Amino acid sequence: MSARDAILAGIRRGLRRGPLPPAEAAALDERLVAHRRNLVPARAAALDHAGRIGLFVAMAEEVQTTVARVASAADVPNEVARYLAAENLPADLAMAPDPALDALPWDARPLLQIRRGKAEAGDAASLTPCLAAIAETGTLILVSGTATPTTLNFLPDTHIVVVRADQVVASYEDGWDLVRQRGPMPRTVNFITGPSRTGDIEQRIELGAHGPRRLHVVLIDDGAPIA
Amino acid sequence: MPEPSAPRVGLLVTCLVDLFRPSVGFAAVALLERAGCAVAVPQAQTCCGQPAYNSGDRGDAKAIARQVIAAFADYDYVVAPSGSCAGMVKVHYPQLFADEPDMRARAEDLATRTWELLSFLVDVRGMSEVAARWTKRATYHDACSGLRELGVKEQPRRLLASVHGLCLAEMPGAEVCCGFGGTFCVKYPEISDKMVGDKAAEIAASGAEAVLAGDLGCLLNIAGKLSRLGIRAEVRHVAEVLAGMTDAPAIAAPRR
Amino acid sequence: MQPTSRDFPANARAGLVDPVLQRALGLARTGFPARRQQAIARLPEFEALREEGRRIKDHTLANLDFYLERYEAVVIATGGHVHWARDAAEARDRVLEICRSVGATTVAKGKSMVAEEIALNEHLERHGIAPVETDLGEYIIQLRHEPPSHIIAPAIHLMKEQVADTFRAAHQELDPARSLAEPRQLCEEARTILRPRFLAADVGITGANFLIAETGSSIIVTNEGNGDLSQILPRVHIVLAGIEKLVPTLEDAATLLRLLARSATGQEFSTYTTVSTGPRRPGDRDGPDEYHVILLDNGRSALLGGEFHDMLRCLRCAACLNHCPVYAAVGGHAYGWVYPGPMGAVLTPALVGLREAGHLPNASTFCGRCESVCPVKIPLPNMMRHWREREFAQGLSPRAYRSGLRAWAWMAQRPRLYHAAAALAGRGLGWFGRDRGRFRSLPLASGWTLVRDMPAPEGRTFQSLWAERQRAGGGTR
Repeated sequence: MSARDAILAGIRRGLRRGPLPPAEAAALDERLVAHRRNLVPARAAALDHAGRIGLFVAMAEEVQTTVARVASAADVPNEVARYLAAENLPADLAMAPDPALDALPWDARPLLQIRRGKAEAGDAASLTPCLAAIAETGTLILVSGTATPTTLNFLPDTHIVVVRADQVVASYEDGWDLVRQRGPMPRTVNFITGPSRTGDIEQRIELGAHGPRRLHVVLIDDGAPIA
Repeated sequence: MPEPSAPRVGLLVTCLVDLFRPSVGFAAVALLERAGCAVAVPQAQTCCGQPAYNSGDRGDAKAIARQVIAAFADYDYVVAPSGSCAGMVKVHYPQLFADEPDMRARAEDLATRTWELLSFLVDVRGMSEVAARWTKRATYHDACSGLRELGVKEQPRRLLASVHGLCLAEMPGAEVCCGFGGTFCVKYPEISDKMVGDKAAEIAASGAEAVLAGDLGCLLNIAGKLSRLGIRAEVRHVAEVLAGMTDAPAIAAPRR
Repeated sequence: MQPTSRDFPANARAGLVDPVLQRALGLARTGFPARRQQAIARLPEFEALREEGRRIKDHTLANLDFYLERYEAVVIATGGHVHWARDAAEARDRVLEICRSVGATTVAKGKSMVAEEIALNEHLERHGIAPVETDLGEYIIQLRHEPPSHIIAPAIHLMKEQVADTFRAAHQELDPARSLAEPRQLCEEARTILRPRFLAADVGITGANFLIAETGSSIIVTNEGNGDLSQILPRVHIVLAGIEKLVPTLEDAATLLRLLARSATGQEFSTYTTVSTGPRRPGDRDGPDEYHVILLDNGRSALLGGEFHDMLRCLRCAACLNHCPVYAAVGGHAYGWVYPGPMGAVLTPALVGLREAGHLPNASTFCGRCESVCPVKIPLPNMMRHWREREFAQGLSPRAYRSGLRAWAWMAQRPRLYHAAAALAGRGLGWFGRDRGRFRSLPLASGWTLVRDMPAPEGRTFQSLWAERQRAGGGTR
């Protein structure tokens, strides 16, 4: 008997039954297809969109994410350059090869050295888009893809993420809906809540354990109504 | 004398109160009578069976449980001055007889009638104050079974707040186990020692002159450790203070 | 690793007198519970979520065969491989085969308790493959050749001075003049050393907090990001997971994730929650070429439907360890195997046998704090009691203890005799203890009087006094 068959037989022995009858299996398949939500806390779900943005920022800052609000996408290059300078970081950027980021007016900041692609070992800072931002805990959702290599989220010391106000949603469940709307599951979905940290030595929280030491959100809040 | 309509309460004395500190039993009787109950003490009781149950001796635990179920069959309520013993009857007896429907029904019937003393006085009888006086700074240890199995937390504090002269100095770790644990304390004495040593240190740090709790097992353990360490704090069951019966020497205190 | 659970009392004594361990446990004892309390106080739905979490896991376990088959099918459909392992040896062999198939010489490991359970590192090393632990705590104990002492904070038994000594001994190129006095400096040192190891690793191995039947995904939760670097840089990603890690949908995982971080570290959410599905997709610029999942049984299926069924709900959050006064007194190594604390006291006898691990379910006061904080409401004390029942039934407990217990129980079932004996004992002890009110030593009670005094009885038993009062007509009946 294969290990697989032995384990499944052992499970059925413990549950005192054979394989599920087709009707019961169909009901469980229906449960998988429906993927209904369980209890979702009211914390973010009960807020309007402006409230969710406020909560996202507050929760993100609580875990040492820094947030800068800009009024339009055109201001992103300025904010990125300002942030790098303020943190005393080199004006070098590994950027996700994402059309929306490419469309930003980078010409305005000619001193920024931008390389598009996945992250390399020596990269100091990265810039990526995100799929969504979750108000409940100040969490960013990033998905892997041709335009969004996952290494950008982990290798550089500094990770800058562009978030549009209309990407701020209430809950993880809202995030799953957006992931599913894109199509098949991407290889990697990252939920990121603050910069890397560890408490493994005397339970003292230290930032920058293995992943980024800094996580900076540039929030484009142009006041446009949310569809 | 209680009213003819007074609820009939069978006192589950508990083996430790019976042997070590009858004062607690009489304090419980006094409080129950003040709460308008007619109290009786069935002779056919010895122990709730917890030592056997927690040692894995299910057979003896069931035999003793049967004895308790029979002895207390005829009372409106069964009250124990111990969260541990009350929890045994209320929570664990029905589990013990899970596969014997008749006994299970009797165990569940007993469980619904069984209460820990303080929760009975406050939650069932609506007692909100006592007439006692005791001028002390005291701290309160939450015995585990009463706290987590029966939700005994506010009831003793509510009544203690009405004791004239009593000042309650809470310990941050009031809900942490004292290390008694029935046979645990003699099976693993060094671990138990560490736990009760930490408890004694917290009591000392609270600046309290007295430590109270609702379970004699914990009190014997705590009093024994305080005495061994030479920390002077008066150790009593909370019922003694609430009943105004604090003339007897405290637990582990010299008597002459 | 070879279990030493049999030596629990000696292990515990060693822990109790270890000053470094006691300092470290002192930090944990107050820190974890306070942080958890703060976190759950901010989430009014927490109690309701515990109930939902319990329900989700119970539902999955009741249909575990179905969900495993669905999960397997989706993993394969998304280009991954599923390997089933009945026991630790099979799991180790599957990992080794995969490593050999790609000619691997080094492996980067994210934290995995299943890897500890199957003693994977020793196996890989024996076959010429170098595993590098990348979680900071795991890395520290790997250098020290120690097992983890806690399931989410493996090096919790150490203080920063021991970590500094460990790094100085192991890191050959470390400048002796460089300060390693602070946790910050120790973290930097580990980051510097481990970064090239990630980049060089041929295979990355992680555990899984959840497996999702709906999407064929594995989820890991970390704070450091080491689990992510371990899986996106090497060519091969191997996931090690117990079969009980399955949940039906991403929504179900979301509910359990809300419970996990708050229960574990008191965080609102862990820094990185990563959902991995199959190997890299066409067009992806990074990510592993191969994705393998090893589904480990190792005694789990045998727990289904029995007294220990509920244990399979366990999320490995460590709340029970963090709130256990016994764990806080002796530390994790005393338990002598991979899983310490209350969850270990239930799981270890199931995985290594009651003869080896019989002490663990006995070393509990049944204070119930573990059950009260468990995010999926596992009745841990009840299950420890079930182990004691098996031990008693199999005659494994010490003979003197059993005969003493039987003698007491015999008396307790004869009330007249019992009351007479109690009256006699009360009188005798009361008389001998009448002056001091306590005994410093007492025959047959050395376990008690070794460490504390025995309060003397008042003298008369309650039953004898009550009978007197009844005869005098002073009672109500």
